[in-house]
This record gives sequence, C-alpha cells and structure tokens, in this order.
Amino acid sequence: MSEELLVTARDNALIDPSLHIWTWEVAMYLFMGGLTAGIMFFAALMTVRDKEHIAPFAATRLALLAPIALSIGMTTLFLDLEHKLFVYRFYTSFQITSPMSWGAWILIVVYPISVLQILSTFRSGYSVFASFVDKLKPARLLMDWCERNRVTIAYAVIPFAVALGIYTGILLSAFGARPFWNSGVLGLLFLVSGLSTAAALVVLIARQKTEKELFTGLDFVLILSEIALIGLVIISLASGSGQHIDALQIIMGGPYTFQFWVMFFCIGLVIPMLLEILEMAGISKSLAMLAPVLVLVGGYALRQVVLDAGQESTWTHYETQYSPELLQRLPGKD
Amino acid sequence: MTRFVMVIDTRICIGCGDCVVACKTENKVPDGLNRDWIVEATRGTYPDLKTEFRSERCNHCSNATCVTLCPTGASHHWNDSNIVLVEPEKCTGCKACIAACPYDARLVMHPDGYVDKCTFCHHRVARGLDPACVSSCPTGCMHFGSLDDPHSEVNHLLKTRDYKVLKPETGNDPNVYYLI
Repeated sequence: MSEELLVTARDNALIDPSLHIWTWEVAMYLFMGGLTAGIMFFAALMTVRDKEHIAPFAATRLALLAPIALSIGMTTLFLDLEHKLFVYRFYTSFQITSPMSWGAWILIVVYPISVLQILSTFRSGYSVFASFVDKLKPARLLMDWCERNRVTIAYAVIPFAVALGIYTGILLSAFGARPFWNSGVLGLLFLVSGLSTAAALVVLIARQKTEKELFTGLDFVLILSEIALIGLVIISLASGSGQHIDALQIIMGGPYTFQFWVMFFCIGLVIPMLLEILEMAGISKSLAMLAPVLVLVGGYALRQVVLDAGQESTWTHYETQYSPELLQRLPGKD
Repeated sequence: MTRFVMVIDTRICIGCGDCVVACKTENKVPDGLNRDWIVEATRGTYPDLKTEFRSERCNHCSNATCVTLCPTGASHHWNDSNIVLVEPEKCTGCKACIAACPYDARLVMHPDGYVDKCTFCHHRVARGLDPACVSSCPTGCMHFGSLDDPHSEVNHLLKTRDYKVLKPETGNDPNVYYLI
C-alpha cells in the first residue's frame, strides 16, 4: 500500500480536488485565436496564389472576419482574468520565457496587420462600405497603398497567422507541470485545427461552387493531418514518463474519454470527413452544410477537452482530498 | 543567488498542524485557503505500516516554472534569492503560474483576484527571523536558513542526515527538504 492523505483541510479554491482554473472563456479564446489564424492565412494564400476568380469570398471578403473573431476571443480571455484592472501589465514587459507574453505581443501586432490585409481587398470585397471609407482622404490613401502592395501584405500576413495559430498550442504545451499538455506536437495540432475551422467557415459562407469545392478539399486534407497529429500526441504521451502515461489515461478510459473520442474525434473530425468524402464524390449534397458546422463544433471541442484534461493531469497524487461536504455530515450540521 | 531552504524532520513531525495555523494567523490567510498543509503518507501492508508526516508549502524553487511562465514578471525571485513572490500590482490574475506549479502550491488568494502563496515569510526573514511556521512548531522539527552559510543549521542537517525533496524530476530544483 502507498497512500498520501491530506490531513489538514486543504480545499484551496481552483486547485482542490483537481485544478480547475480555466473554463470555457479560455477554450473560446484558444478556438477564436486558431480561427483567426486560419482566416488570415487562407485570405493571404488566395491572394498570393491569385485565386480570386476561383475563391472570391476567401480572397476579398474573408479577411474582415479576422479581427471580429479575434476580438470575441480576446473578450472572453479578458473575462477569465481575475485581476482585470491590471490587464495592461501584459504590455509593460516582455517575458522571453513565457509563451503567454509572446502571445500578448503577437496579438498586438496581428491587429494592425489584419487591418492592412482587410484594406488591401476592401474595394473589391465590400464596395458599398469602401465608398464611405473613400470619403476620408487619409483612409483613401492608405487603402490605395494597401491595394498596390496587396501581394506583399499577404506574404507578410502568413508568418504572423502561423505564429498566432501555433502559439495557442505552445501556450499549453509549455506547462511541464500539466503532463497532458506537455507535448511539442500540440502547437502544430492547434494550428492545423485552426486552419481547418477557417476552411469550414469559408465552405459555410461562400456562395460560389468552385470555392466551396476548393475549401472542402483543403479541409479534408487538414482533417486527415489533424488525425495524424492526434496520433503523434498520443504516441508522445504513451512513450513518455509515468506522469505522461497517467495523463494519457484521462482520455483512455478516464474522465474525459467520452468528450475526447465522441464529442471531438467522432463528431468533430471523422463524421465531417466522411461527409466531405461523400460530397466530393458527388453522392450526397443534402448534408453539405452539416460538415463545416461539425468541423467548427469539433474545433471548439478540441480546445475544451484539451484544456480540461490538462488541468486534470498532475504531478501530485494525494489518495484522498478534503471535501467540504464532509463537514455537513457532522452531528448538529443539517 | 542566495539560497534559503527549509529543512523538515519527518521523523519528529507529528502532523499537529500548528504550522498551518501559524501561517494563517501571521499572514491573515482568508477563510477556506491555506498556504501550507500537512500530508500523511502511509506505506506498507498492515501491520507493517510506515507513516510519514510532511508539512508542505511552496518549494521556492531555484528554477521556478511559475516565474518563467509568468507573462508580466509579477512572479519573481525576491532580492536575488530563491524566495518566489508575486507582485500584486503586476499580476493580471491570468493563473498561468497556478497551472505552472507542479506542486499545486499557488492560489488566487485576494478577493481582488491576484495570485498569492507562501512567501517563506520574507517580511520576517528580512528582519533575521524564521518563518512563522518554523518558529511556532512545538516539536522543533522545522528548520530554516541559508545554504550559502557553511555554518548554518540547515547546512549541518543536510550534511549529516538522509533527506529528500518532493518530485526532483520536475527539474524545478525545490528548496524544501525532508529529513528521512
């Protein structure tokens, strides 16, 4: 027998019985961050590859969604902060060893780059609104400049979009104290998932057939890559130290098995992938809208389950934990 | 880096919890939260059982992941020592340090929302005193001092007794030692 009991009443908020510091707010931020990265990446890619005729939505209108998605994510992230008045402290220092600090600064750079990207295709994508912007001389000049440098801006967007997408995973994988997150592949998995959700968004919104087909194909490849990366995450945990092997059990029979394999893997990856195959083969068109919706749901489910399972994984193993409910069982406590 | 360590003799500790009460009193720790706690570790098969009491807290790691992962520099090493403190004015309450601690020793403490934890009673250490938990221990099983001082009691104990630290494999280089 080997058991470790907590004999004094440690029921520290957010830590006992297992860590539960981050909830849906952070999962939503990680999802929106990935989606933003994907949106900016594909909008830039369509410009660089000159695919405007095949994918007019992605090439000229998609970019506008990036700051919207990112702002939703940053709002929920702000909601998660416990010491909200001091949020500006992210920008009074740069901590080179903290991925969160890198992320805070990446976000600050991504916003203006995203604005330049939007302006570079604003006249062709949103002509009605662009005519309003044109009335303002400095804005008109900026828009002219962006249009002239459309391809250069698109090339500049790509590394920042990739950095944004990959950082959301590295953010978690840097926590050595949470073995479930502690896999170098997580950054890549989150990046690919972010690209996949953005491709799904294009399929959902775009009207042109060629564009839907192009992005359905892209999404199919991305989902396949995601499945391969999940395999790598599992291999890296299964071949790791005792803590990593314990952490893997959380999704292999442990408390988050259902969420991981059913909610994320089946509903969010396998089923949409099968639907996409049917669609590409021209067999079923009636469910065409379901696949991208499931991919988006799966993208969120991935962040939520990884966030939850990671907080469940730990280095400290006390066999029993203090439970405040025990106090209620004392005589005289009704 | 000045290295302050706590040395706790598990052969003498009876798990009375005085250190926990002393900490709550000295640092006015709010209800329902604790900066230190007692673990009773039992090993063996009845009737051959071995019990060890451990008074646990922040390990004030020399290579503290809560410091390296803090995005604002709020988590820092005090006065070029290994004592890890949180600067409330810099803390955003992002909770990264709580996730970063392999010992689960950090808390969102203040009702305003900044993160707090054991400070090794640095306000007492600065005046040459022991932390409150150490000075209140009725069995005298807890010791505090600097490893840099070759004549310190803690140095003597670590040279003459068998000891362990918790989870050295985390790589955090913890500074709470348990004599075994």
